Amino acid sequence: MTETLTAPAAGRAPRRIAGRVKAAACLFVLFALMPPLAAALDDPFWILIGTRFLAYAIAAMALDLILGYGAMVSFGHAAYLGFGTYAVAILSSYGIHDLSLQILAGIAVSALFALVTGAISLRTRGVYFIMITLAFGQMAFFFFISLSAYGGDDGYGLTQRSSLFGFDLTGRDGALYYVTLALLIGLFALCHRIVNSRFGRVLTGIRENPVRMEAVGFAPFRYQLTAFIISGCITSIAGVILANQAQFVSPAFMSWHRSGELIVMVVLGGVGTLAGPIAGAVAALTLEEGLGALSEHWKLFFGLFLVLMVLFSPRGLTGLLEKTGLMRGKS
Amino acid sequence: MMNLFILQLLNGVQLGVLLFLIAAGLTLVFGIMDVINLAHGVLYMVGAYLIATFAAVTGSFWWGLLLMLPAAVAVGLVIEFLVMRRLYARSHLDQVLATFGLVIMANEAVKMIWGTSPLSVPMPDILSGSVPLMGPLQYPVYRIAVIVAGLAVALGLFVMVNYTRVGMLLRAGATNRSTVSALGVDINRLFAIVFTLGAVLACLAGALVAPVLSVDTGMGESVLILTFVVVVIGGIGSIKGAFLGALLVAVVDTLGGVFGPILLREVLDPSAASQVGRMLAPMLVYILMAVILFAKPAGLFGSRA
Repeated sequence: MTETLTAPAAGRAPRRIAGRVKAAACLFVLFALMPPLAAALDDPFWILIGTRFLAYAIAAMALDLILGYGAMVSFGHAAYLGFGTYAVAILSSYGIHDLSLQILAGIAVSALFALVTGAISLRTRGVYFIMITLAFGQMAFFFFISLSAYGGDDGYGLTQRSSLFGFDLTGRDGALYYVTLALLIGLFALCHRIVNSRFGRVLTGIRENPVRMEAVGFAPFRYQLTAFIISGCITSIAGVILANQAQFVSPAFMSWHRSGELIVMVVLGGVGTLAGPIAGAVAALTLEEGLGALSEHWKLFFGLFLVLMVLFSPRGLTGLLEKTGLMRGKS
Repeated sequence: MMNLFILQLLNGVQLGVLLFLIAAGLTLVFGIMDVINLAHGVLYMVGAYLIATFAAVTGSFWWGLLLMLPAAVAVGLVIEFLVMRRLYARSHLDQVLATFGLVIMANEAVKMIWGTSPLSVPMPDILSGSVPLMGPLQYPVYRIAVIVAGLAVALGLFVMVNYTRVGMLLRAGATNRSTVSALGVDINRLFAIVFTLGAVLACLAGALVAPVLSVDTGMGESVLILTFVVVVIGGIGSIKGAFLGALLVAVVDTLGGVFGPILLREVLDPSAASQVGRMLAPMLVYILMAVILFAKPAGLFGSRA
C-alpha cells in the first residue's frame, strides 16, 4: 500500500518542503484575516464556524503525521477528539477551567490509550491495522456512551468555556478563534520539526521499506508507536478546542464516521504534506456546509463525491489541482 | 439462574450465526482480494429493507425472502461492477475512502427511499410462538429457525469451500492470488463471484433478522464493527475462523451484558456493580479482541499478519 504514499524525488525535496511551509504560512495569514472580515460583513457567526474548521485542521494534521509519514491508516482517531472533549467536560465539572490543565489531561489520557492500543495494533499491518484501530475507536465510543454521569448518549452541556491564564473565554468567540489559530500554528511548527528531524526521517524510511530499516538497525515498532502516540496527543488538543467551541460534549465526537471524515480531510489535502490536510479540513468542512445549505440530502452528494474522487483522482485535492496546473511547482 | 444462562446462550448463538453470515463474505473479500470493504454493513441493512418492502408488497414473509435473494444478487453485482472492481489494485487508503463514501451514500439513499422511521417485518405464522425447552423454559421458534438456517448456510459454505471447484479456487486465491491468476483462472470473474456471494449472505442475514429487530438506517453500523472484530479474531480469509470468531464474539457480548453485573456484585456493592458492569459490557468484545491479537497477531486461524 505504500506505492501511492511514496515521497517526492529526493532532489526536489528541499524545495518542496519550503513550498509547503510557504503554503501553510499563506493559509495562516488568511485564517488570521478571517475574523475582521467576518466582523466587517456583520456575520460574526463565521468566527465560531471558523474555530471548528481550525480545530479539525489540527486533528487532520495530526493524523497526517502517522498516515502520511508512517503509512499507518488509523481509523480510530476520533477517539482522541473524544478524550479532549471529555477532558474539558470532566475537569470543568470539578471546577478546573484552566485550558492548559485540560489540554494536559487530554494528552495524558490519549498517550495512555495510544500506547496500549498502538502497541497491539502495530503488531499487525494493512487491512488488520485499519480494522483494529477502528474497533478500538469504537471501544472508546461505547465507553463514553455508557458514562451516564456525563449524559451518556445524550451528551453533556458546558455552562462555561475554559480560561487561559485566568482569562475566561466564555462568550469571547474571537479570543477562542485566535487561541485556536495560535495552537494550530504552534503545532504545525512542531509537526514540521518532527517530520524533518532524524526521527521523522526514520519514520519515512520505515514507511518506504521497513525490512531495510530494520537491517540498518532501527526498530520500526518503537518509532511507529512513538509517532502514533504523538499523533493521538495532538488530536486530543483539537478535541479540547471543539468542546469549547460547541460548549457541548457527546460521544458523537468519537463515532467512526468522524474518524472517516478525518481521513477524508487528510486525503483531500494531500497525504504526507502537513499543510495539505489543513487545507483539506477547510475544504471538506466547507463542502459539508455548502452541500448542507443546498440540499437536505447533502450526504448523498458527499458520499458520491468521495467515491468519484477516489475513482478519478487518486491523489486527492492536490493531485486534482496539479492535474489542472493550478499548483504546479508550488507544493 | 441456569435458565437465564441457557436462554442467553441461545440468544448468543443466534447472534453468532447472523454475524457469521455477514463475516463469511467479508473475510473472503479481505482474504482473496485484499480489499477492505466498509460498505459490507450496508448490505446487511439493504437486505432487511428489501425483505420489508417485498413482504409488504406480497403480504408474505416467504415471498419476500424469495424475492429478496435475486435483488441481493443484483445489488452485489452492481456495486462490484461500478465501484469494487476499480479498487482491487488500489491502496487500502483508497479502498477505505471509496467504501466510506458508499456507506454515507447508501445510508442517505435508504433514508430518502424508505424514510427515517423504522420498519417492521411480520413474523411468518408457522414460526411464531415459542416451544418449551426444558421445564418451564420457553424459546421463540423464530430464533431457533434463524439458528438452524444459519447453520445450514454455514454447512453449505463449508462444503462449497472444501469440496467444489469454485471453493478450491477460493482457497487457492486466498493463499496466493498471483499464482492462481498465472495458472489461467479469470481472477476478475472469481472476484465478482466472491463479492456477490458475500453480498447475498450479508443481505440474507439482514433479512433473517428483520422480523425480530426494527429495520432502521443505523442497523448496519454496529454490526459492521462487530463483524470486523469477528474477522480479525478468526483470521482474515478463514471461513472456519469466521465461524468460531462469530460464535465467540456473540456469546461473550450477550452473556457479558447479562452476567457481568451479576458477577461483579460478588465483589462490589450493587449500585457500583451495575454501573461498572454497564460500562464494561459493551467493551468486552474489544478487550477479547485485544487479548487474542496480543497472543496471535494474525488471528486464531489466520495465515497472514
